[in-house]
Amino acid sequence: MPLLSIRGLGVRYGNNVQALDGVDLDLGAGERLAIIGESGSGKSTLARAVAALLPPTATLQGKVTWPELGRVARNGRDIGFVFQDPASSLDPVISVGDQVAEVAHVNLDMAWPAARRLAGELLDRVRLPEPALLASAYPHQLSGGQKQRVAIAAAIAAGPRLLIADEATSALDTIVQAEIVALIRRLVDEDGMALLFVSHDIALAANLADRIAVFRHGRMVELAATGDLIAAPVSDYTRALLGAHLGLGAALGAGA
Amino acid sequence: MSAPLLGVEGLSKRFSRGGKNFAALDGVGFSIAAGETLALVGPSGSGKSTVARILLRLVEADAGSVHFQGQDLLALRGPALRAVRAKLQMVFQDPQAAFNPRATVARLLDDPLRIHGVVDRSERPKAIAALLARVGLSAELAGRAVHEISGGQRQRVAIARALATRPSLIVLDEAVSALDVLVRADILRLLAELQREQGIAYLFISHDLGAVRAIAHRIAIMDGGRIVEQGAARAVIAAPVSATGKALVAATPELPVSKETVS
Ligand SMILES: Nc1ncnc2c1ncn2[C@@H]1O[C@H](COP(=O)(O)OP(=O)(O)OP(=O)(O)O)[C@@H](O)[C@H]1O
Ligand SMILES: Nc1ncnc2c1ncn2[C@@H]1O[C@H](COP(=O)(O)OP(=O)(O)OP(=O)(O)O)[C@@H](O)[C@H]1O
Ligand SMILES: [Mg+2]
Ligand SMILES: [Mg+2]
Repeated sequence: MPLLSIRGLGVRYGNNVQALDGVDLDLGAGERLAIIGESGSGKSTLARAVAALLPPTATLQGKVTWPELGRVARNGRDIGFVFQDPASSLDPVISVGDQVAEVAHVNLDMAWPAARRLAGELLDRVRLPEPALLASAYPHQLSGGQKQRVAIAAAIAAGPRLLIADEATSALDTIVQAEIVALIRRLVDEDGMALLFVSHDIALAANLADRIAVFRHGRMVELAATGDLIAAPVSDYTRALLGAHLGLGAALGAGA
Repeated sequence: MSAPLLGVEGLSKRFSRGGKNFAALDGVGFSIAAGETLALVGPSGSGKSTVARILLRLVEADAGSVHFQGQDLLALRGPALRAVRAKLQMVFQDPQAAFNPRATVARLLDDPLRIHGVVDRSERPKAIAALLARVGLSAELAGRAVHEISGGQRQRVAIARALATRPSLIVLDEAVSALDVLVRADILRLLAELQREQGIAYLFISHDLGAVRAIAHRIAIMDGGRIVEQGAARAVIAAPVSATGKALVAATPELPVSKETVS
């Protein structure tokens, strides 16, 4: 029984933008799925549709169900969501420790002292340096990478079954990006969470995901196990994306 | 050897932040030959954009010298500076932020032609069409506002604008970083082609080693305001010596070559 089942999903913004069309997709418990595609292809729309975070102007066709839960998933409790810009998901006037604690307080009905203790443990788990000290810091006092660690701690605070990361590393430099990807991989492994990893970087996606879904103009043009998709892409579009990847190895990105 | 197109020596700059004074640049030196691409790479905050801003005279250096086409760039003022600026252009990561979004494409390209007196007024519409063609855009785009074109098209317009004054060096600060992979590949090809045809040199600032490997002849790796490693781009990327170079290479995501290598 899949954790998440998507059938015939379409999303239309206002009256004219069909951002998603006819998407069928299952996600198993503990499975890591990457969503890739160019800007405007509908990746964030899919992520928001899954988390029920679409704006009121959006109309939905089709179905998003949670067979394993047997009920509708709640964002915060069953789903942890990490956005590209950590500044936008963190409140500038609340200490980062309290922001993480609040997720546990609200979603797990945890009393504040216990929630604060849990927050301290989580900030340590996401390897925020000096977590005891930085728990009382405010977002603007942290670097981009540190803010993203806090956002991840908040996302996993309630022990969700699914972690959604929408371009969570795109604003970070290469070295910090690799650290955050390693962190996501470790947390997903340790907690047995499923992962929906949205990225426009096919190599990054390939290093993290069991399966990759390629989106273009609101449609899913290919869905395959990572190894198969890289070794034997079926759609021309996937092939073009692979061809445009600029790697460091002699065999890849060569021909310049 | 003849003097390089651009020679930078001992560039230093201190900023203060939160009451603390720190060195954003600490004795940075490099050179670029005519028609060559030097990549400046490094982690966020290492000082790359500060170098670019000093070259463009948007920020004053505390110490050091910059020689461009044989002239002491940091000492130039007024008309002499303006004349040199025509030959030293810049393209940023997000042209939307740099441009007035309501300005038309034609207006953006007309500005440098007019300010630097590149061609007569009557010739300017033709020059604008030629610039658009040069970067692979249709002349019909000239009438559109900046907010009415795509990110890739905007970056092409930014390059066309930089080309208008026939520069010998273009500073590209994360100019392809925000673009989709297919568009990025197009823009990198365009830059390489312009370099072949017009002998333009580039200072290519990026933390994307894949793009650097595709376009740069030489690479300088920065960390903490210093250059920690410098050399031929492919050789350095294949076997970095500095800790920063090694970390950057290790952090660059690679496609698994085959199923066997996927762990
Ligand atoms: N709130 C909105 N109102 C109207 N249109 C929207 C809205 N959000 C997204 N769109 C449009 O829906 C389409 C899909 O957008 P979406 O943000 O899902 O793409 P994406 O694949 O995440 O792109 P990116 O890589 O740039 O983040 C685009 O055409 C976009 O302009
Ligand atoms: N005007 C300023 N005032 C104070 N500090 C500054 C100023 N400009 C830059 N800095 C600081 O100087 C250091 C170097 O910044 P710079 O923008 O050159 O880095 P960068 O290598 O371009 O980083 P990125 O990859 O994030 O663009 C950083 O610590 C930055 O915060
Ligand atoms: Mg998106
Ligand atoms: Mg910069």
